[in-house]
Amino acid sequence: MGNFDIALLQNIAYILAAILFITGIKMLGKEATAQRGNVISAIGMFIAIIVTAINIVNPLVVLGGILLGAFIGSVIAVKVKMTSIPEMVALFNGFGGLATFFIAWSEMSNTNDNLFQYLLVILTVYIGGVTFSGSLIAYGKLSERLKIGKGHLVTNLFISLFYLSLISILAMLILPMIGSLPLNFETIFYIYLALVMLGGVGFVLPIGGGDMPVVISLLNSLSGIAAAFAGLILVNNVLIVAGSLVGASGLILTIIMAKAMNRTIGNILFIGYAASVASSSSEQGEVKPINAEDAFLILENASSVLIVPGYGMAVAQAQHVVRELGELLEENGTDVKYGIHPVAGRMPGHMNVLLAEANVSYDLLAEPDDVNPMMDTVDVAVVIGANDVVNPSATEEPGSPIYGMPILEVANARTVFVLKRSMSSGFAGVQNPLFFKENTRMLFGDAKESISGLVSEFKD
Amino acid sequence: MEIYILLGFVLILSIYLGLELISKVPSTLHTPLMSGANAISGIALVGALTLTQDTFLQTVIAFLAITFASINVFGGYLVTNRMLSMFKKK
Repeated sequence: MGNFDIALLQNIAYILAAILFITGIKMLGKEATAQRGNVISAIGMFIAIIVTAINIVNPLVVLGGILLGAFIGSVIAVKVKMTSIPEMVALFNGFGGLATFFIAWSEMSNTNDNLFQYLLVILTVYIGGVTFSGSLIAYGKLSERLKIGKGHLVTNLFISLFYLSLISILAMLILPMIGSLPLNFETIFYIYLALVMLGGVGFVLPIGGGDMPVVISLLNSLSGIAAAFAGLILVNNVLIVAGSLVGASGLILTIIMAKAMNRTIGNILFIGYAASVASSSSEQGEVKPINAEDAFLILENASSVLIVPGYGMAVAQAQHVVRELGELLEENGTDVKYGIHPVAGRMPGHMNVLLAEANVSYDLLAEPDDVNPMMDTVDVAVVIGANDVVNPSATEEPGSPIYGMPILEVANARTVFVLKRSMSSGFAGVQNPLFFKENTRMLFGDAKESISGLVSEFKD
Repeated sequence: MEIYILLGFVLILSIYLGLELISKVPSTLHTPLMSGANAISGIALVGALTLTQDTFLQTVIAFLAITFASINVFGGYLVTNRMLSMFKKK
């Protein structure tokens, strides 16, 4: 087979792979077909890789890299605990970005005098690099290893570097027009590479944990766009198609998350809650604590219970005891539903993954639009470590920073149990009037221990 | 220049197709969709395989690109599959 035939075969296989990616990602969007969709997209990937590997330059380097990557990736994927999924997704995402960063770097030497190619390389280096370092910071924040946030001196330094990196894109673009440079081009390019990496750190560092669902979705989108741009550089259609699909799906998730917070993407990325006008009214009353025994008596007589999990459930790893409680309630003849807010937790769908891990059937999970109209028929709403997503200020207090955010309106249920460690306010730093409502009872303590307490009351 | 017009055409159509395909996703699938899409972005591996390896630096860069893209591909698909196998209706 001559070179021409190989190229032809590759292109035909790429079309097939593109079809499989499109079919796969479509099926990923429906519960019944999601798992098959993932397999179909994996087959597309396999085909694309195999036909590309027919005429590789250096088998040792190529096979070594693939085997090493496959080993590391598989070990992480199999070993990771389901509670660590958010940071794992962030990490894999970052590695994809890093690969495109290297591709663009390598292609710098092939730009010759093609100005458009040069422009693509500069942009792809940027998107890929920011995706990588930004994802690493997201990984650090999600795994709680990185505690530096907004307002810290280090954060401010990196924010400056982020803006500097944006300016440096422009500088790089006009560079070819300047006749004599103070440094040789290679040195300038390396400085640019470093700035890009530091800029990505500054991009994600100031963003708080509660906004992570938006950031992760956005980084996901960027990794796709970076791959699509790499496809433009390499004149490779399968990279463009696959990258664009990822870019689009990430963008849709980003928009869904931002809508669920009633904020614009710009506000989340560059302003944050702190800059919003603080709520003036502080009609605080007395909170009414309750113990497990009394809570059990109320739950035992309830005919309808809504469980509302939040990040606190993830932290306490309480999903298994929550499922146990749900089952005991059902055996007792109670109608049990789970109210899931789209931004509860640290990534899109975080609560769904945890409850799925604990074996909760997904048809018991309901979104705010489904449960809010029927909230007055709910006897007990059990809020487990959720705060901002059930804060009635969002509907009642026009001055509140979270006013207008769609919430789970648990305050309309007959009784509300709030499981909480202490009286600290949520991520948004907004006081939650729910705790002071007439029908609210506070069950203080670790979510897992509190629920276990209820479970053992049921068993006795 | 013509080739870029053609590629740009593919780019725009694919993004549009993606937006149409995924516009309505139940929140149960947000994480698996993100993770599954993330695995697809490992397609960068195909690009990494085609990089020139004439100099030592180029070889190192290609090796790193291939390794990291492979982690993305294998880890991404496996973890998505693991996650989806937990999603069951009873």
